[in-house]
Amino acid sequence: MSDQSRAPLMEALEHMRNNRLVPFDVPGHKHGKGNPELTEFLGEQCLSVDVNSMKPLDNLCHPTSVIREAEQLAAEAFGAANAFFMVGGTTSSVQAMILSAVKGGDEIILPRNVHQSVINALVLCGAVPIYINPQTHKQLGISLGMSVQDVLHTVEEHPHAKAVLVNNPTYYGICSDLRQITKIAHEKNMLVLVDEAHGTHFYFGKDMPVSAMAAGADMAAVSMHKSGGSLTQSSILLCGPKMNPHYVRKIINLTQTTSGSYLLLSSLDISRRNLALQGVEIFEKVKNYADYAREEINAIGDYYAYSKELINGDSIFDFDTTKLSVNTLRLGLAGIEVYDLLRDEYGIQIEFGDLGNVLAYISVGDKHKNIERLISAFSEIHRVYKRSNKDLLDSEYINPIVVMSPQKAFYSDKISLPIEECAGRVCTEFVMCYPPGIPILAPGERITDEIIRYIRYSGEKGCLVTGPESMNASRLNVLKGE
Amino acid sequence: MDDLWYSEYHAPTVRFSIKVKSQLYHEKSDYQDISVFDSVEFGRFLTLDGIMMLTERDEFIYHEMITHPAMAVNPEIKNVLVIGAGDGGVARELIKYKHIQQIDVVEIDERVVTVCKEYLPKTACGFDDPRVQLHFQDGLKFVRRRENIYDLIIVDSTDPFGPGEVLFTKEFYGSCFNALTENGILVNQHESSFYKSDAKEMQAAHRYNMQVFPVSRLYQAHIPTYPSGHWLFGFASKGLDPINDFKADDWNALGIATRYYNTPLHLGAFALPNYIKELLANG
Repeated sequence: MSDQSRAPLMEALEHMRNNRLVPFDVPGHKHGKGNPELTEFLGEQCLSVDVNSMKPLDNLCHPTSVIREAEQLAAEAFGAANAFFMVGGTTSSVQAMILSAVKGGDEIILPRNVHQSVINALVLCGAVPIYINPQTHKQLGISLGMSVQDVLHTVEEHPHAKAVLVNNPTYYGICSDLRQITKIAHEKNMLVLVDEAHGTHFYFGKDMPVSAMAAGADMAAVSMHKSGGSLTQSSILLCGPKMNPHYVRKIINLTQTTSGSYLLLSSLDISRRNLALQGVEIFEKVKNYADYAREEINAIGDYYAYSKELINGDSIFDFDTTKLSVNTLRLGLAGIEVYDLLRDEYGIQIEFGDLGNVLAYISVGDKHKNIERLISAFSEIHRVYKRSNKDLLDSEYINPIVVMSPQKAFYSDKISLPIEECAGRVCTEFVMCYPPGIPILAPGERITDEIIRYIRYSGEKGCLVTGPESMNASRLNVLKGE
Repeated sequence: MDDLWYSEYHAPTVRFSIKVKSQLYHEKSDYQDISVFDSVEFGRFLTLDGIMMLTERDEFIYHEMITHPAMAVNPEIKNVLVIGAGDGGVARELIKYKHIQQIDVVEIDERVVTVCKEYLPKTACGFDDPRVQLHFQDGLKFVRRRENIYDLIIVDSTDPFGPGEVLFTKEFYGSCFNALTENGILVNQHESSFYKSDAKEMQAAHRYNMQVFPVSRLYQAHIPTYPSGHWLFGFASKGLDPINDFKADDWNALGIATRYYNTPLHLGAFALPNYIKELLANG
């Protein structure tokens, strides 16, 4: 075990700063001196390490020294064979993972409630999605994990598929039976890719659901900037021993910037060190905060802050208790309405609200008094805004009808129609509510009346509907001449 | 004697200093730095996180003014909740009323009470009355779980930057509303309005207050050791008006001994200077 208390990238940057190197290279702000307003705003410390690749600082596209060392320390900390520092968000990790595993015409098995970045990657590479219907929790209106039986059937039906992608945990904290799914896929020589954007802490906390690497998965995309504490847009791609790291590096370099930000990279290095050294304590604290908040919120009545009691051994194989997900339907309010009230009336910004649920993100940065504020704001919303809940839509999972591959639909000839005339047509673009950014429609899927109703309802309740060229989603692009 | 001075920034470029005889006590509790000093002019004084909380010399003004105006508007008050106030000063004023039955004092930091009992007995004596119940917990949590219980809630908090921050939020005021009886009154310290940053807090506190309570007014007092010396209190209620429902004769009949508060002053305290009225109108 190498020394996890080291942070090679940070140390190299400090060394550079102490050497007072005279910059005659980019960036042109020259350690901030050329842009005093920006320096004033972001701080001199920060600007002084916003530098370009140079010999002592290594090169993200071809790491041989300090970036390599930092990546190796990260790989070890996560129990992976290789780790790659990513600067294009976890979107770039997810895309690199998919582009490394499948190519044009290959089949890939995945649940439909994936992040848009997954289907975007399919548009880029031309692989064909084989969707597994995620189970839906009737009362909560949320998508669950993949059932082992469903994976088994799908793998039997599509024995030539190249990979299985698992979304673990979901935004809400639901985990699938990753070990079993990995075993099934590996028996058929399929790779297992895990979108672990919400699961960084699985690698460091005590008594956490199993992580992708521990379950034997081949690749995992980890959002260090979510529960890991690094800067927004930094991420880590993990690989198991079966993956060829040189090929993965080549795939990453297809789309990654050649000017990787040292602010992002050093934040990954420092956060990895912090998690490796303090992770157990940090996530104990987070779990305790979330458990306490759940208990108090459930005591208010009508809210349902759910946890491990949901576990059913299959589509809810485990639950990530650091997530504070709260169902609001019995209150007579859509999740998105509670989300807006919390911000507009109580000055509290939470992670997201969908039609029936809200998610408050609890982290190491929280203080007890703010947890009390959050609970009291929930209590006040209950007292002041509760109403009878007749007009709330059941957010049922809508089974997509896939007519063609996302890539084929995306690049085909299309026309724009008012949304109310779109039923029966093939959609050529994405439609989603943001957050969480899970597509309601993906390119290549048949539009139905049910879907149109759902899109309009989401808009009415205050969700941000994104994806279509028509900014207010009043029109959709559909396949021409069908 | 050493030339020792306690200084506090009242604004980024304004400092207020008191010559100190000695520091009697200091500790870092789970919540804050607690210090007690002895001074020539102000006697002993308590600071939390370096900020002046009370001096023996002028605490009577603050404690009388945060307590008696509400008691003179509703002389029927029986159940009182006090949040903060670990020094015991508010309780000391409240126990002067024989008809009050119950006084719950909720202080988050037990150490403040212990230190005050030892070093500031002139205020901490308020805790000796059997009607006073001390609860060491988060004020927001305590009040969230209570409904229709208290006739008066007094919020004697620190500034809105430290542990007292939650006591200046809308969710807190809303929870107080819910914990109050039909004729309930909420009185809180409302910061000063003279220096810019304090004025902002004052405006925000008043705005939240108005969103929750049908009646929401401010009144003032002169407190030499607080920033600018001119201090504001909030009076919010479910209906009782601090002027129209003022029962001066009833209150005078109680024969409560005070050094600052009296019934003509009550009326004057609610007459605000124009610049504050403008701040409120624009807040």
